[in-house]
Amino acid sequence: MSTLFDFLDNPNYDLLGAFWMTIKLTFFSAIGSLIWGTILVGMRVSPVPIMRAFGTAYVNIFRNTPLTVIIVFTSLGLSSTLGLNLASSESTTSLEDNAFRLAILGFVAYTATFVCESLRSGINTVPVGQAEAARALGLGFLQVLTLIVLPQAFRSVIAPLANVMIALLKNTTVASIIGVAEASLLMSDMIENESDSLLLVFLIFALGFVILVLPLGLLLGWVAKKVEVKR
Amino acid sequence: MSAQTVLYDIPGPKARARNWLYSVLFFLVLALVIYFIFAGFDEKGQWAGALWKPFVDGATWTQFLLPGLLNTLKAAALSIVIALPIGALLGIGRLSEHKWIRVPVGAVVEFFRAIPVLLLMVFAAAFYAFYTGIDSEIRPLFAAVTGLVLYNGSVMAEVFRAGILSLPKGQGEAASALGMRKTQIMMTVLLPQAVTLMLPALVSQLVVILKDTALAGQLTIGFDELIRSSGPLTGLYGNTIPTLIVVAIIFIVLNLLLSQFANWLENKLARRKKAPKGAKPVHSAPSSVVMQRDDASGGAL
Repeated sequence: MSTLFDFLDNPNYDLLGAFWMTIKLTFFSAIGSLIWGTILVGMRVSPVPIMRAFGTAYVNIFRNTPLTVIIVFTSLGLSSTLGLNLASSESTTSLEDNAFRLAILGFVAYTATFVCESLRSGINTVPVGQAEAARALGLGFLQVLTLIVLPQAFRSVIAPLANVMIALLKNTTVASIIGVAEASLLMSDMIENESDSLLLVFLIFALGFVILVLPLGLLLGWVAKKVEVKR
Repeated sequence: MSAQTVLYDIPGPKARARNWLYSVLFFLVLALVIYFIFAGFDEKGQWAGALWKPFVDGATWTQFLLPGLLNTLKAAALSIVIALPIGALLGIGRLSEHKWIRVPVGAVVEFFRAIPVLLLMVFAAAFYAFYTGIDSEIRPLFAAVTGLVLYNGSVMAEVFRAGILSLPKGQGEAASALGMRKTQIMMTVLLPQAVTLMLPALVSQLVVILKDTALAGQLTIGFDELIRSSGPLTGLYGNTIPTLIVVAIIFIVLNLLLSQFANWLENKLARRKKAPKGAKPVHSAPSSVVMQRDDASGGAL
């Protein structure tokens, strides 16, 4: 057994570091997409027609574009061609930081559309009387949305949101194509150098994702049950 | 739609004026953002005619874009055709009465659902390269389809399972009261009904597959799908941004058409099923929401 796993001792293979990068990508993208998705859903249900139109157009465009195109665009388009730089050029890790932040930007732009659509279906589960009662008390649209409807909507869509977040976790592998040193890039490197242990390398990385995905699913499933609105 | 009108009253004169004000303000902000994007593009000369001109030239399409699009469609079509029967088998296997079938099948489904498609493709590409004599010309296609089938097969398994479970219990019971065997019940009673129910979910899974084919051109997989095959084009004209925008538009149009088709199917099936006139569901989730979930474990059913 000891010889079988010897290649893992190679200092170039920072397995934990790669998965830590995956986790970091997921974490920041999740926060960003939850915020942007909530703003988008606010626009989609707002009384202002032009906001509704913008929300709908944004969701339809970004949801139907492959994530690969978006990520390639952030790197080759935004960064290389348009010269957008998200990291200070003096720091020694400026290239890595820039790729990392561009990837997060892409993930947020893409995942927010799914967050928005989940939330929109959640808004539909809130009984009409809730919003009517709130309006009868004199609350305006923003107050009705942020104080009454959205909190209940959030609680009822934890399960679909969990699916979106798990999809996001898996989607972070796409960041490898712009050179972010996360799990799938390391696996691609290792496969090239350790072709003898192909199956083993794959199983290690597969196991890594199973270890990340299953507890996340269980945890969020538990949260969904816990905060569910009893009706 | 019901929720949208419930959140606010029909605007009176004051609210209308306020909405107008918000409209104008939002329009200004939007215009400012668009102007910044426009100016940013302009500064780097991205509106230059030379960068966009290739796309009105027939040769660009016949040499670069259409072959790539064809490959993308080919991979997607192959994947769904192979993934469907596999998904049906796995889905039925997970409902088996025998523990020794149910548990391993469940493990396989959960395993492949938890792994990113990109990893599956990278692994498949290396596997075919090292261990099989598949011609290197079509190896990328094999790798892409293998990755997509493994993932979508297990997703379809969940769709099948949810579809079968959503049927009224009486269907299976009536069939077994008639003396049908388990296989007969599944094949002649449950599965046909479940497949009809699943059709919209199936079509929207096609959207996911189509988007995922875009992964197959990356890393070591090297399948000449739309993005990769447009690579030489950007090399030729130095028009990365215009090319990516055109590629994105192609994908968006295809996916919107597919989503529309799925919506149409769902409405048609819903009409066929029930609803006496005048009886409208109060809180029906908009079908467009249900349709595009990444995880199709029953939401669309």
